[in-house]
Amino acid sequence: MTISDQPEIIGHFGPYGGRFVPEALIGALDELEAAHISAMADAAFQSELRDLHLTYTGRPSIITEAKRFAEHAGGARILLKREDLNHTGSHKINNVLGQALLTKRMGKKRIIAETGAGQHGVAAATAAALFGLECVVYMGSEDTRRQALNVARMKLLGAEVIPVTTGSRTLKDAVNEAMRDWVTNVDSTHYMLGTVAGPHPFPTMVRDFQKVIGEEARSQVLEFAGRLPDAVLACIGGGSNAIGIFHAFIPDKDVKLIGLEAGGDGVGTGRHAATLTGGSVGVLHGTRSYVLQDENGQTIESHSISAGLDYPGVGPEHAFLHDSGRAEYRAITDDQAMQAFALLCKTEGIIPAIESAHALAGALDIGKELGPDSILLVNLSGRGDKDVQTAADYFKIEL
Amino acid sequence: MATSLEQMFARLRMEDRAALIAYLPAGFPSVNGSKKALGVLAQAGVDAIEIGFPYSDPVMDGPIIQAAADISLKSGTGAKEVFETLSYVNDLGLPCVVMTYWNPIERYGIERFAKDISGFGGSGVITPDLTIEESGIWGGAASISGINRIYVVAPSTSDKRMKSVVDQCSGFVYAASLMGVTGGRATVSTQARELVDRIRGASSLPVAVGLGVSTREQAREIAGYADGVIVGSAFIKVLLEAEDEASGLIKLRELADQLVAGVREGR
Repeated sequence: MTISDQPEIIGHFGPYGGRFVPEALIGALDELEAAHISAMADAAFQSELRDLHLTYTGRPSIITEAKRFAEHAGGARILLKREDLNHTGSHKINNVLGQALLTKRMGKKRIIAETGAGQHGVAAATAAALFGLECVVYMGSEDTRRQALNVARMKLLGAEVIPVTTGSRTLKDAVNEAMRDWVTNVDSTHYMLGTVAGPHPFPTMVRDFQKVIGEEARSQVLEFAGRLPDAVLACIGGGSNAIGIFHAFIPDKDVKLIGLEAGGDGVGTGRHAATLTGGSVGVLHGTRSYVLQDENGQTIESHSISAGLDYPGVGPEHAFLHDSGRAEYRAITDDQAMQAFALLCKTEGIIPAIESAHALAGALDIGKELGPDSILLVNLSGRGDKDVQTAADYFKIEL
Repeated sequence: MATSLEQMFARLRMEDRAALIAYLPAGFPSVNGSKKALGVLAQAGVDAIEIGFPYSDPVMDGPIIQAAADISLKSGTGAKEVFETLSYVNDLGLPCVVMTYWNPIERYGIERFAKDISGFGGSGVITPDLTIEESGIWGGAASISGINRIYVVAPSTSDKRMKSVVDQCSGFVYAASLMGVTGGRATVSTQARELVDRIRGASSLPVAVGLGVSTREQAREIAGYADGVIVGSAFIKVLLEAEDEASGLIKLRELADQLVAGVREGR
């Protein structure tokens, strides 16, 4: 058991988490909670998920030492956890396969999902195809325009993509629309939420499906380096890849856990998505956590070059880890992330997702702080194929 | 002491008819237009007003209320404007409740919000996304300020859970007529009547039905078995679709007259 495994009230992490949802959803959340608890205790379920990861996801994902990249980080050793090599190109597949098995267990035939950049939408559409489920993905119309390639991928996989034209027309509004669909169709439909946010049991359940990242990485680093890392780094939007790699290390008090938020133009400019660094406590999308909000409690639109981090909320367990001091959170600007993105491409031959480049940028600073004998484990949560257009625009490369 | 809302339900029980409760977001269709629209509703004879605190992420609301909330937020509506509107309705002599998602209350300060609702003459607050599990502090604050706390019950609410939800309610119980978001429907779901019967089995409070009610016929049908009929999107729709504010107010009056007649034809 870890400090965050046993919150004092079920579904809470200290004062965070809980359920702030229409009464109509309580029955479905209770059903999901029961299915999650029974599945976690069911050896057959665990074995089926393990087999899927072995034969479909490509788990365990490897770790790669980034020696040439590390020369720019004060000589610290940098180990990359290669979630980018998973099927569909990111850690998102870990969660959707778990939830697809739960969907089957609950006897539901239809899933809905929200997506920002399209990574979770593609993963959800993939799981739906594999399990023969109907799939509807809500995506802000700003994002369907910016991420047309991922829209095409989802359609090829058989999903229906519904552009959301309300509010800021981005991820936050896609979540709103998915929740409205769920309230209306809750008997037949499972909401396959993509991150460790939302009402209980989502933060706990999604963490349980993502914690395989840290469990693998912990033993891989022990075997590879003969000791635990000094710090574990991950980027944070909603926070699922971060909680996934952090969780196994929470009891290892000497291992620093560092989350890198999207600082956009800089937290001081107000144009950012650094919820823990620059936000305040509030309720959004069914959970109490940190939120970007104004004096009336209205959500403020976030900004980041990385669509996957462009969210004005964050998972409640991160809020708890933040306040307790067990994890530290810093903001990385768009420019810092893009420099780290370019550096990894040229020193290691790996094109990272811009999301993950925030963690890499953090490693460049933290390596210098911890010195040349330190070992940093960085979650390379996704690959950057989807970001080629954004990067070309940023670096003014002619295509 | 009974709130104005409780007094109204007691009076209408004597008159043997259901109440018509009209919903409009504060600051809609405009800052001044809001006062005019509320005046029209009062003149037409609605029994109580529900003022919406517009919120950026209204997951219980369909496209019509979302559009109204957007307009209201763009004109700068916040807590101050909500309380001004509350005060205005109080001056019109109608019982008034505020409907708000939870985060604006938490941001304003929970005790302070309850106190100001009471101070500006409000009877209570409807909180559509505050589950009873999270309602402890709010319940205490509302109780100290002497205002009603109104929770929504849905067709999916189990019998076991029903009792614990209605036990937390005061003023009335809000029965969501169907599984879904706000907005007009062609017919009233058969779930509505079953739900009202189940609530009556668990509580002696008045029960008002909302979600999807837009016509005189629907108001009449619901008024036959419920203590209140809540209409929101239908009023907003006529204001949104009007060519200008003046013609919108005329249409609003026509619709209000129909619904006011409807609740009187129910029994």
